[in-house]
Amino acid sequence: MSPVMIDLLLNALGETVLMTAISGLFSLVAGLPLGLILVMTSPGGIAEHRGVNRVLGLIINSFRSLPFIILLVALIPFTRFLVGTSLGTWAAIVPLSITATPYFARVAEVSLREVDRGLIDAVRAMGASKLRIVWDVLIPEALPGILSGFVVTLVALIGASAMAGAIGAGGLGDLAIRYGYQRFETSVMIAVIAVLIVLVCGIQWVGDRLVQRIDKRHA
Amino acid sequence: MTLFSAAETPYTAIKRGVAESIHDETQVTFRDSSSVVRLQGVSRRFGQTQALRDISLTVQKGEILGLIGRSGAGKSTLIRCLNGLEQPDEGVIEIEGRNITGLSEKQLQTVRSRVGMVFQHFNLLSAKTVAQNVALPLKIAGMDKAQRQQRVAELLALVGLADKAQSYPAALSGGQKQRVGIARALAASPALLLCDEATSALDPETTRSILALLKSLNQKLGITILLITHEMEVIKSVAHRVAVIDAGHIIEQGPVWQVFAHPQSDLTRTLLRGLLPQLPENIAARLSDQPQGDVIYSVHFAGDDAQGDLLTRFAGALPGKFRLLQGGIDHIQHYAVVRFFIALPAANAADEQQILSWLHAQQAQVELVGYVASDD
Repeated sequence: MSPVMIDLLLNALGETVLMTAISGLFSLVAGLPLGLILVMTSPGGIAEHRGVNRVLGLIINSFRSLPFIILLVALIPFTRFLVGTSLGTWAAIVPLSITATPYFARVAEVSLREVDRGLIDAVRAMGASKLRIVWDVLIPEALPGILSGFVVTLVALIGASAMAGAIGAGGLGDLAIRYGYQRFETSVMIAVIAVLIVLVCGIQWVGDRLVQRIDKRHA
Repeated sequence: MTLFSAAETPYTAIKRGVAESIHDETQVTFRDSSSVVRLQGVSRRFGQTQALRDISLTVQKGEILGLIGRSGAGKSTLIRCLNGLEQPDEGVIEIEGRNITGLSEKQLQTVRSRVGMVFQHFNLLSAKTVAQNVALPLKIAGMDKAQRQQRVAELLALVGLADKAQSYPAALSGGQKQRVGIARALAASPALLLCDEATSALDPETTRSILALLKSLNQKLGITILLITHEMEVIKSVAHRVAVIDAGHIIEQGPVWQVFAHPQSDLTRTLLRGLLPQLPENIAARLSDQPQGDVIYSVHFAGDDAQGDLLTRFAGALPGKFRLLQGGIDHIQHYAVVRFFIALPAANAADEQQILSWLHAQQAQVELVGYVASDD
């Protein structure tokens, strides 16, 4: 592979990492509270509220039901309003964030729901406020699961970012399509695949290590 | 906000507590007569199931009240009503004189800091160390960090786990976890300790040590304890008074020795079966209600004067012959509870009459069990 190609590859890797990192971060910041609200307002939750639970569930399901490529296009006016352009890496981060947030909200919801009811009772019985229960019970007890779920979300984002080439966002997927596929440069295709595998394995490895470190549920 | 008088260090308290046999006599001394818990006509329904029906119950300051019943009898619902984890449909629940029914979740927060709770499955936070678990109620109460640390150290010493402060619950044994649970429940110096089947997940030896701990805490700190269990053994070991609950209703209550001596309901008798002497199986199998061979009586009585010389006096006072089949004396609280089975020749009515009238004179309860054909 020529130095130019290597340059292109590194550039594309940078774009993919940027898109994944920023939209991943956004999904974490926005998705975790949504997951918390889902669990807290669900029947038997600590702030049971049928209306909020249903409406939020419906919104999340609606976004989750759209294939990313459609969301990408459908959100163009919104993206343009937000970042001033509908093209490029930053323009792709908007729909990526919006697709990852409900995804991560559901993933976090599953982990939060698995927190033993008895633990919540025990802390309620101490006279804890709802905020205290969230902060001292729900989040720390669900954290290993939430972190595992976040890794899954990041990997899904790497996949989704491949489609961002459709709006000129660049990234590894775009490189593979334009060079590897359309120009028949098999070496580029192979290089991209190799980089993607290393990237995903690396994220998973770091994630597993972190989960192992914070998980105190087993001796 | 300290647990101990100057002379009483955590170590002496715990050593003395554990050294005491859990069977020894308990002098029931109430610091005053005010009640910590008072329930009046409490009912709770879940759909079609009447979980609690018209429950009235008082727990006096400083006592250990045992609530016993089979699973599904409503024990857990009742205990959860006492800190507002459940709300009754009807009735009044007073904790330290304050009616807690109908309070909002926010208003309940102050009530709950007065009531510590120990759970069957410990319910320790797995992501927090032992010290952090015990500190949580103090954090909730708004205690500053330095005071918290000191108090946590005191509490862990009290339950004998000073060296486990930095361990995570997953690294502890069941008994150790429950000790942490107890330390945590006591942290905010509650007026009342609720124990929800606190020993049911533990082996017999660990159960004994946890019960000894509860008993010593009651004696040393004067803390009022309400414990629920399905095992009479637990009641016998630690409780001063017992209430028997069946199908959401309290069917019997009284001092433990009295309920052991004179159980009123069939359920109580069933629950007591393993603890009271029973007719030997080979004799029970041959029992008939037709007068023949030997007549068998069960005899029981109790009281502070039912002392150890009873059997000697019994044997000395009687001219007639009888055989002691089974039984003995049990000491519950500071009362002797005597229960035994005797067999007399059915043919000798005069002896029988004399024996019965002597027993009645001693205020014993005598019950004709049946007849057994002589096997010789």
